[in-house]
Formats: sequence, C-alpha cells, structure tokens
Amino acid sequence: MINILTNNFGTLISGLGYTLLSSIIALVASLIIGTVFALLEISHKKWVRVIGKAYVEFIRNIPLLVITMAFYVIVPQFVMQMDGFTAGTIGLTIYTSAFIAETVRAGIQAVPAGQMEGARSNGLSYTQAMVHIVFPQAIKIVVPSLGNQFINLVKNSSILAFVAGFDLMYQGKIIAATTFNTFDTYLVVGVLYLVVTMPMSYAMRYLEKHWSRA
Amino acid sequence: MAKRIRRLGVLFAALAMLLVVSGCGKSVADSDALARAKRTDKIVWGVKADTRLFGLMNTKTGQIQGFEVDMAKALTKQILGKNGKAELTQITSDTRVPMLKAGNVDAVIGTMTITPERLKQLNFSKSYFSAGQSLLVAKDSKIKSVKDLKKGTSVIGVQGSNSVDNIKKAAPDTRVLQLSDYSQAFTALKSHQGDALTTDNGILYGMSQQDPRYVVVGGTFTKEPYGIAMNKGQTNLTNAMNQALDTLQKNGTYERLLKKWFSDVPGFDVQEVQP
Repeated sequence: MINILTNNFGTLISGLGYTLLSSIIALVASLIIGTVFALLEISHKKWVRVIGKAYVEFIRNIPLLVITMAFYVIVPQFVMQMDGFTAGTIGLTIYTSAFIAETVRAGIQAVPAGQMEGARSNGLSYTQAMVHIVFPQAIKIVVPSLGNQFINLVKNSSILAFVAGFDLMYQGKIIAATTFNTFDTYLVVGVLYLVVTMPMSYAMRYLEKHWSRA
Repeated sequence: MAKRIRRLGVLFAALAMLLVVSGCGKSVADSDALARAKRTDKIVWGVKADTRLFGLMNTKTGQIQGFEVDMAKALTKQILGKNGKAELTQITSDTRVPMLKAGNVDAVIGTMTITPERLKQLNFSKSYFSAGQSLLVAKDSKIKSVKDLKKGTSVIGVQGSNSVDNIKKAAPDTRVLQLSDYSQAFTALKSHQGDALTTDNGILYGMSQQDPRYVVVGGTFTKEPYGIAMNKGQTNLTNAMNQALDTLQKNGTYERLLKKWFSDVPGFDVQEVQP
C-alpha cells in the first residue's frame, strides 16, 4: 500500500491538484448559481418561480454522469471545443447548483416572515431587505446542509475520471490498471479524498458552532 | 475524552476490517479452476461487450456476439465435452484483471495482449490472434501515421490497456487522454476531444466498419499477440486451454470462425493475424 503511494506520489498529487481546482471552481460557481435560482424560486412573480422550479427539478433529477457527458460529447460536436476538465467542472457546477438552490430556498423560507415585513415597513426595498436582513440569517440556518453539499461536491468531482479530466480518481484508475493492485490503489485514493473532505467537515462544524453563538 | 477514544476505536476497527478483507478473498481464485469447471460443467468467461467483431452486445437480442465469444464457446466444448456450458460475463479493459483476481471469472478472452508485465500477475494461453496497434482518424485528418503525432496533438486511448504505454513511447510529445471503454473513446474522437484514437487494429477496423467517416491509417507499429488470461497458478486450466486451441486450429474450426467474423472487413488480412 505504501509502495502505491511512494511510486506514484507525483501522479497522485497532480490528480489531487486537479480535483481541488475543479472542486473550488465548482463550489464558488454553484454557490452563486444556486443562490440566484433560490431567489427565483421564492419570487413574487409566478413565471419567475416557474423558471426557478423547472431548473431545479430538471437538473437534480438526472444523473451527474449524463449532464457531464452532454458537455463532453454533445457541446463539442455542435457548439464549441471543450476538454474533459472543463466539461466535468461545468457538469459538476450545474448539478450541485440545483441542490444548493433547494438548500438556500429552504433557509430563506425558514427566516420568520416578520423579518422581511419589519425591514420593509422600516423603508427598505425588497432587495435591500433580502440582502441585509433575510439572507444573512438564512445562511446561518443552512450552513450544516451547505456543508453536506460541499463535501458531496468534492467526492462527485470524481466524475472527471470518466471524461479524462486528470483528477485524483482518473489517476487512481490508471494506477490500478497498470499495477493490477486495485484494492490498495483505491484505498490510497480514498485516504487522499479524506485529506480534503475531513478538514472541510471540521471547518463546517466550526462555522456552525461559531455562528449559532452570535 | 472517553467519547473521543471510543470514536478512535471505531475508526481503527473499520481500518482493521479493511485490512482483513484485503488479506483474504484469495480462496476462490486459488482453487483449481479446471476441476471446478469439470464438476459444474461450465467455464465462466470474461468477454468484451463493447468491441465490434470480438465481443459486442447485440442490443436487440441481449446476446453478446463476436469472434472471441464463438472461440470461448468452442473452447468450452473442446475442454468439457458436448454438455459443457460457456457462461459469459461482461468485462472491460478496466475490470478484467480485478474480476479474474477476485475469482468472478475463470478465464478472460477479451482482446488482451500477452505482455511480460502481465505474465508476472497472470497465466496466459498461447496467442489466438496476432494484432498490432494502429491509429484511427477522421478521413480528412492531417495525421497519416504515428510520426505525425507531434507536440500539440492529443490521442485517445482506453484506461488499463497497454496501447496507452505504447503510444507514449512511439509519440512522446503527444497528450494522451484515457477513457473508460472503447465506445466512449470513439465517441470522444467524434466529439473532437483528440486527433486520433489508438488501440489494436482489430478493434479499430470494427469502428471504421461501423462509421466509414473514420479510417485506420499508418499500418501497425507494435505486435500485440492476444492470449486468454487466467489466474496465476492455474496450470491445469492453462494446459487444457492450449490443448484445446491446438485442436481447434488443426480441425479448421479456428479458421472458419476467423473468416466468419473478419472476411468482409476492408483491408483485413486473415493470414496476418493467425499466430
């Protein structure tokens, strides 16, 4: 098991690098897109709500692999050139954004209605009330479930392995195939994923405690 | 504190269990596969289901068909007699070694090249097909042979196949993208993810036959003898396979099956592939 790690250290670390890069891009992008669609979902206008709902229901009910393959296979044939890393990261972003939209929506709706009403009656516009009063409270409520989404996102980034995205799982698959030592390789890969996800898990727990006190 | 220690304990217990699991699990693969095959009257074969001409799933009937599938059936009958049954299990380049090691299949006949590295881990029969690695490109491609794969080009291969190592040696400046199976690799080529697809010519001819907009160019640049893979130490089964192969070659069954599958493939030389 140590052999697998030492003989392929460079390859595995470069894979870990691609996994981290893809995860960070997808995390930031899906948080932004997810929040936008959450706001669409709670809009007062019905047609806006329908758009938000349709996006979330459509995206979260199809497998990540299908979304990713669409960007890897179909987009390059008809729209533009796109490599595996890009296709995988876009697929990951879109897929995760649907779940984040649902999480954030639930958070906003969990803030008591009086907060919005109070803010509006004090002269704030809807946008101001949302940004300064409701949204900060909602984020605190959803931190635990957002943490879940982020951890899932890092693990789901293994989708890159299917589209030659050079990530940790891709390198792991190749090492397993060349050394024939499948079990140990995936054990090492699993531990390397833990190295990323465990600190995230603890960071989220810290945030949860820290913010619930405030 | 006590809680934390207990938690650590659980973690260690889980790790210990993983180690135990990795330590055992050899019993199935180590027992004499030939004796078991004779007892149960069946050989469990790992065959490809994504490779035209060799082993391809017919989506209408749900049956896997191809040269290797026919060979597996003929070999089974030769080894076990008329009542012998060939049980077919789907494998990919990626899963064939783990499946063998875990004892899920007795033998793999799946476009698998005999290499010194693999011989350390597995037993191989004599070669039943001499293939060679080549390139598949779009008809109007600038790439005519492996020499044209310069810096800035990229080649698509399949994970777990030795064609990837060969292309890295033959064209060190090209970028290699490894996908999980041949159909995905061919789809990636059609989606312009790479300039060429590289693997054994037999497989590439199958793709070209399926979609004539893509052609095999440059001839072969390696020798790839395909063999039947079995677990290391399965001497009885390996000997039985070699004997059965000899018989099939002598009685003409082998050549009949070769012609059945390959005679109408453009540019394919039946004489060339016989070992």
